[in-house]
Amino acid sequence: MKILVTVKEVAEVEDEFQISGLDVDESYLEYDLNEWDDYAVEEAVQTSEENDDVEVVTVTIGPERAEETVRMALAKGADRAVRVWDDALEGAEYLSVEAKAELLAAVAEEEEPDLVFSGVQAADDSNGATGVALANKLDMEWAAVVNTLDLDIEGEVAHVHRELEGGIEELTDVQTPAVLTIQSGINEPRYASLRGIRQAQQKPLDVHGLGDLGLDESTLDADIERTSMYEPESEGDATLWEGSAEETAGELADFLREKGVVEG
Amino acid sequence: MTVLAITEHRRGELRDVSYEVITAGRELADELGGELHLGVISGDVDAFADDVNRDGVDAIHTVDHGEEFNHDVYAQAIPQLYETSGADVLLMPNTVNGLDYAPAVADDLDLPLLTDAIALDGGDVTEVTREQYGGKVETTFDVDAEAYALTVRPAEWPRAEGDGDAPVGAVDVDIDEDAIGSEVTGFEEVGSGDVDITEADVLVSVGRGIEDEENIVLIEELADTLGATLSSSRPIVDNGWLPKNRQVGQSGKVVTPDVYIAIGISGAVQHVAGMKGADTIVAINTDPSAPIYDLADYGIVDDLFDVVPELIEEFGGEAPNL
Ligand SMILES: Cc1cc2nc3c(=O)[nH]c(=O)nc-3n(C[C@H](O)[C@H](O)[C@H](O)COP(=O)(O)OP(=O)(O)OC[C@H]3O[C@@H](n4cnc5c(N)ncnc54)[C@H](O)[C@@H]3O)c2cc1C
Repeated sequence: MKILVTVKEVAEVEDEFQISGLDVDESYLEYDLNEWDDYAVEEAVQTSEENDDVEVVTVTIGPERAEETVRMALAKGADRAVRVWDDALEGAEYLSVEAKAELLAAVAEEEEPDLVFSGVQAADDSNGATGVALANKLDMEWAAVVNTLDLDIEGEVAHVHRELEGGIEELTDVQTPAVLTIQSGINEPRYASLRGIRQAQQKPLDVHGLGDLGLDESTLDADIERTSMYEPESEGDATLWEGSAEETAGELADFLREKGVVEG
Repeated sequence: MTVLAITEHRRGELRDVSYEVITAGRELADELGGELHLGVISGDVDAFADDVNRDGVDAIHTVDHGEEFNHDVYAQAIPQLYETSGADVLLMPNTVNGLDYAPAVADDLDLPLLTDAIALDGGDVTEVTREQYGGKVETTFDVDAEAYALTVRPAEWPRAEGDGDAPVGAVDVDIDEDAIGSEVTGFEEVGSGDVDITEADVLVSVGRGIEDEENIVLIEELADTLGATLSSSRPIVDNGWLPKNRQVGQSGKVVTPDVYIAIGISGAVQHVAGMKGADTIVAINTDPSAPIYDLADYGIVDDLFDVVPELIEEFGGEAPNL
């Protein structure tokens, strides 16, 4: 069996930052493995540990910089990795959900996985849509926001819980092959061991360009264009207490006493 | 230009977002100079259609197939509704179920898709506002297409109110049963237990800023000293540091205490969904651009590890040694 895990390196913005043009200035960004993908990798690795002959392959759309993050997924137990990148991607200002799904689908068609795990969303763009779009392109079943997975490999069915709003979970049976978007909390992602990190250096990491995938630049055409980025004007009018920790804590204490919520 | 908005229900009841997509859809249809149609799929469609027949709705299309939401049914029905209603713009809720069909439907219909819109400005080119980087910035997008798909964030648009008199028509869509590869077998309620954070007058809520499981005692001590109840954001529960019944937010509990003290919580939209109804919100967070400050009444932009011990001592408690 083969599990393909979509892995994104996401950008996190530092506390103080500046926007230049249509994005946060590069110098204020830090990169990391997307939180939800970390859970997806873990779920795949656990599945491979619990069953015989399961290969875990990660796929990432990202520049060379992203290899550090990809190696992290390999160190946690994925067997090999594919990275999609191209000069055309380098130049693309905005990658639509559609384009991402198309790129990932091209890799999935080569890999022919039995299962695809994606994170529910990427922490930076929060589209929350790529996994389900990918399923549709692959003509696979899917389930979004999965927080429990019980896989029946023989029976070709995934018994999942989908986490709905308000503390309700939907129990669903999904035929495999399927794309599952994995919700945080489904498992306990491991830390990469030193041995894992060493081994990861030896694991295959292939890079595919658009041409290698039988695609061309038209895949990246979008009718959607990002036109601005700005810091939202604060809607609230928060009173910010200033001073030393002792002073601000004192202000908050006074407020709580005045409110009558605490005695003393 | 016709806008087709899809309603949402669960276990026999329409969800609030159904009334909100009417407002968002009507505004957009006005800007585009077109009609607003609604799609009502599965469940008691006649009663639902009656309920969403509000002012500003031009037509309602129902698909009577099954009781509960099933994404395969929605994914088959919506493209057909889209064709029969002559719609150009497809508007869907950015909910867990919305995200379980919207990307598939948009892909089927070859429509560009933007999710989680918080504002729309319709025109020859429609401008869509979204958040990025956990709500620290907003972005605008131009959608330069005749036809497109959008999902809209719940609780961003007001509910549509006044009664309407739109014609309701049952649409006989073709549902290929063989293509339904998923089955909903039931529902489960999670997060019950001995503590009910929804009952508390004062909540002291801890987020990822606490960094380590061992440090939770600091916030516990504060809650004890204040006679308050301890709650948390999701990562704390995901990590197993506190039980699920302490989680505030979209997938946890909705709380409305007199005072909510958010400590090391950024204020992501899914968290805010659970606590924005609090009377007074106090934030302690080192990051002045954290979205929690957009709704806080009071804030301390400082390190929780400095402020919280002082606060405990203010009330005669003793801060634990970390
Ligand atoms: C489908 C779905 C459902 C979800 N449901 C929920 C839900 O029900 N509830 C929920 O909470 N989330 C939910 N989330 C997750 C949500 O998107 C966020 O990831 C989460 O709320 C972030 O939690 P946080 O604020 O504790 O962590 P972060 O966003 O990481 O914020 C930590 C904050 O701590 C601050 N900080 C760090 N160190 C310190 C310090 N020393 N002193 C003071 N401040 C410090 C930082 O500046 C930062 O703002 C859901 C997500 C999805 C996709």
